[in-house]
Amino acid sequence: MATATPITVRVRFFARYAELVGRSEAAVSLSPPATVGDVVRRVREDLPGARALPERPLAAVNMKHVKLDAQVQSGDEVALLPPIAGG
Amino acid sequence: MRNAELSAMSYLTRSPISVDVLVAEVSSSACGGTCLFLGTVRNGPDEQGVTAIEYSAYEDMVDAEFGRLLADVRGRWPEARIAVRHRLGTIPVGEASIAIVAAAPHRAQAFEACRYVIEGVKQRIPVWKKELRVDGSEVWVDPAGHPTPKPSHV
Repeated sequence: MATATPITVRVRFFARYAELVGRSEAAVSLSPPATVGDVVRRVREDLPGARALPERPLAAVNMKHVKLDAQVQSGDEVALLPPIAGG
Repeated sequence: MRNAELSAMSYLTRSPISVDVLVAEVSSSACGGTCLFLGTVRNGPDEQGVTAIEYSAYEDMVDAEFGRLLADVRGRWPEARIAVRHRLGTIPVGEASIAIVAAAPHRAQAFEACRYVIEGVKQRIPVWKKELRVDGSEVWVDPAGHPTPKPSHV
């Protein structure tokens, strides 16, 4: 049986999360179907320092707020957002 | 430097915010009430020697999300006119990090629309701040947990 082609998303880190992970972005590949929550799990497992990220961070896909059960597609930009502190 | 030049259409700026420019943007002979909100960098009793706050953002999403937030405002107060800027970079105590100007035919709509925008910013706009303190320390601010002095019994 053919294996589904992996999807690759661009993950971006901001503010404190970028400091914890030591980088501002990473490419992550997953087997479809995949959710934002799957991306977070993969990041926390694979990237040094990322274990310090919360298991359920705020997230955005392609610059829109989403819940962690939102599906991701290849080429999506998935952003992990620390608690918002603007204003 | 990346982001040194922000788009003229952006809701973000790295320079001090000009209230006059924002008021001029929304000025209209049909508007009888104009409400201004300024958020300024604070060093009050609950802060611990804050000298400045360093603001950063997911800049593209800030503009996208402000667009959606202001579309919500237009839906609720069709006659209101809104101008908003959020400043990024290091902002000293006393200077404005955000300015919102809401003009409307009557004062109630102006106040309500202005309040709606700042509350939306607090919930939706991806901006972060790090307090720079007089002792040289730097602290990311989490509004849900701030200010939280260390408990003495731990």
